[in-house]
Amino acid sequence: MSASAANSPEQASNSTGALLEVRGVAKRFGSTYVLKNISLNIAPGEFLTLLGESGSGKTTLLRLIAGFEQPTSGEIWMGGERLDTLPPYKRRVNTVFQQYALFPHLSVRDNVAYGLRVKNTPAAEIGGRVDEALRMVKMQDFAGARPSKLSGGQQQRVALARALINRPQLLLLDEPLSALDANLRMQMRSELKSLQREIGITFLFVTHDQEEAMALSDRIALLRNGALEQVASPREIYAHPATAYTAQFIGQTNLLRGEILRGIATCGVLRWPLEEADGPATFSLRPEAIRLCPDGKRQITEVKFRGTVRQQLYGGATELLEIECGAGQFLRVRLPASGPMTGENEFIFSIADAVRVQE
Amino acid sequence: MYSRAYKSLVSVPPLLWVALFLLLPYALMFAHSFWAVHEGVIVHHWNLENYKTLFSMPLYAEVLFRTMRIAASVTICSILLGYPLAYFLSFHARARKELLYQLVIVPLWVSYLVRGYAWKTILGSDGVLNGFLQYFHVTHEPVAFLLYSPFAVVLMLTHIYTPFVFLPIYAALEHIPRPLVEASHDLGANSFQTFFRVILPLSMPGLLAGATFAFLLTLGDFLAPLLVGGPSGTMIANVVQSLFGAAFDWPLGAAISVFILVLTISLLFLSELLEKRWVYK
Amino acid sequence: MSATSPTRRAPFLALYSILVFAFIYLPIVVLIVYSFNRGGVGGFPPRQLTLNWYVQLFADGAIWDSVLNSLIVATASVVLSLTLGLLAALALDRAAFPGKPLFRRLVLLPLILPGIITGLSLLMFAVFAGVQLSLITVFLGHGTALISVATTELFAGLQKMDRAQEEASLDLGATPWQTFWRVTLPNLKLSLIAAGLLIFTLSMDEIAVTFFLIGRDNTLPLEIWGRLRRGITPEINAISTLIFAVSVALIVIWYHVRTRSLGTQAQELIEPP
Repeated sequence: MSASAANSPEQASNSTGALLEVRGVAKRFGSTYVLKNISLNIAPGEFLTLLGESGSGKTTLLRLIAGFEQPTSGEIWMGGERLDTLPPYKRRVNTVFQQYALFPHLSVRDNVAYGLRVKNTPAAEIGGRVDEALRMVKMQDFAGARPSKLSGGQQQRVALARALINRPQLLLLDEPLSALDANLRMQMRSELKSLQREIGITFLFVTHDQEEAMALSDRIALLRNGALEQVASPREIYAHPATAYTAQFIGQTNLLRGEILRGIATCGVLRWPLEEADGPATFSLRPEAIRLCPDGKRQITEVKFRGTVRQQLYGGATELLEIECGAGQFLRVRLPASGPMTGENEFIFSIADAVRVQE
Repeated sequence: MYSRAYKSLVSVPPLLWVALFLLLPYALMFAHSFWAVHEGVIVHHWNLENYKTLFSMPLYAEVLFRTMRIAASVTICSILLGYPLAYFLSFHARARKELLYQLVIVPLWVSYLVRGYAWKTILGSDGVLNGFLQYFHVTHEPVAFLLYSPFAVVLMLTHIYTPFVFLPIYAALEHIPRPLVEASHDLGANSFQTFFRVILPLSMPGLLAGATFAFLLTLGDFLAPLLVGGPSGTMIANVVQSLFGAAFDWPLGAAISVFILVLTISLLFLSELLEKRWVYK
Repeated sequence: MSATSPTRRAPFLALYSILVFAFIYLPIVVLIVYSFNRGGVGGFPPRQLTLNWYVQLFADGAIWDSVLNSLIVATASVVLSLTLGLLAALALDRAAFPGKPLFRRLVLLPLILPGIITGLSLLMFAVFAGVQLSLITVFLGHGTALISVATTELFAGLQKMDRAQEEASLDLGATPWQTFWRVTLPNLKLSLIAAGLLIFTLSMDEIAVTFFLIGRDNTLPLEIWGRLRRGITPEINAISTLIFAVSVALIVIWYHVRTRSLGTQAQELIEPP
């Protein structure tokens, strides 16, 4: 990294120490802008997830970095050098495709060796590296098999080995777990995470599953309609969502819509002091932030309210209650499971947990 | 779901037809090949003379080898023309792909005779091509070998069979999932390497089907030589045709026909075997 | 998002493709141009344009007789091949019987076998059966050779058909006979038309098999063939041009039928192979 920084024409390009820099990238298909002015830095060794619904542009961004599409405007830099002007086969980037894209006419061994063979790596070296790569994904017993004989999970491991053997600077993963069934997904998630920690390669992961993103990532980049909604670590994005969309997309929340007047925030029957400018305001309040208030005592930093239990969904360790706290105002509350509840109860939450979000 | 009556009803008529109009005629031809001609009449005198003649007389061997050479040339040329065209349409044509495809198909519907005749008028000493060359002073005399030569036969049949070879190759190329091509590029292979390592191997079944078709049909063609082949461009089917015509030796003609039939079936079998080996899911 | 890779520039390949297209079309273009040439079929460049050859063509009774013969044979061949081909396709799709693989190969053999073999074997059969050569033997020859075309096309159509439709029909009380006419055949409409058009075209153009089975009355290709032996005139260019025009018209009609039956939304789903 430092060597290329010394050779790079612009000192500024590496001032952030980032591995990959997306600078003002936009992509248009026909008359629609699928990506609008995206700027993003990826740090070396990090596990960054592009999260979003279908149509959000996450796959397009991935393909731009891989080289299968060209940006309409903007630039992409990697390691202090311009990336988007290079064809895919010259980039130090490898992809794990959504449907794995294993070559059906080659054995597992030949699939994994492909990247080395096309660069004329000496044959003696190839054998050892292929074995090593297969062992890393626990597929060493299947070296001679054809892809058509493998299950989905097995094919995915081979695809992973095929990409990693080339020691890319950046590994792109295009929703690799979405074709797997639930149990296998969980298992693969865990394996992917350890693998990334172990080899230290930077991962750029694309998914629409927010739970997956939270479990795996060092940072999440949430995309919405071609623009970045928020980029932060999972904990940060959960505790401090920037917008209502983010608050609702990641985890569950109660969106409280009201206004601030002369230092008091009012959302339906809920009121609390807030030193901010007058005007409409929206707040995100996570269901687990609301607790029962058996003794009725409340601190200054807390908000107390009465609510009637309308619905109780049991979930094992916790349960989700739907509370009616005012005329037509409902809140969802997550409590440790304690038995059926009825009638009116008193609830309490900290003012700090009502996070102000933009609409 | 289908009753025995239903199944009988649908199988019996075609079976009968096939037996009567395919099996029986082939059997007759087979029988004829063991008979002989005596003073202008076919006698049912069972013998192997015809096959001996076919394999020992240099005349027949020479024509047979020339036919094989022509068939091989036509196949190779058709592939050299048809494959790049199919590749271009499949991987590089965007909006106009469907239209271009139709344009390649159109000549298939145009009469074989019409296209053969066109070449006849183009290649002759007084033909269009010679006229063109002389008009622009490229040559001063008519170029002779253009017409009535094996060259003309190869040229005409390549023209006929290029679209035939194009079709299965194009179908095979279209079936290659595009992510495979992207994966190859992603792993560091340029377009050239991607073609030879991924696209070509996966298109082999289509290539094989087209090649088999072109080779076998050229092998048994007798019209092209009559149109543009001349004496030096005679093929084995012309020999058969004359044996059933002026040269009147049906048994010998039948023997050569049986030989062509056996050759065709063997090559088909071989082609099918290879195809099974090269088909990937 | 779009899943297609960008089409990279490939200028040499594009040029090569243009040359191949030229090779495929030039002879036909030359043929058409010279059908209007006063000076005959050869030489360069074509001089005075004239419609003489077309006039001569239209006055040529023998040609039009042969056209009529060809039309009759082609139509009859379509009927015969489609009927037997449909039965064969149904048999291959639904029935199991001893010798089925052999049957399948035999039915498909004439497609790949050189026409001369089919023609000669049928000639021997005709002689054996003491039948005189005529348009009827030609018709039988075409029918036999072209069953394979019908079978292939209709079999593919049957495979694509939703089996459950026939089951639903039976479930609702229709007999197998009714189901065939009300459900199976309509589903095969496209395949039937495709096969029919193809068989018609192939029959109109057929020479190799016809060569050996022809009697007194000529089909169009055989009539043209006969004249070629006598000497070539642009009149043949003229009839060839007309044949080309009709072929193209048939393709256009076929294309319209195909796209119209499937509806405008499905049009985008039509891929060539």
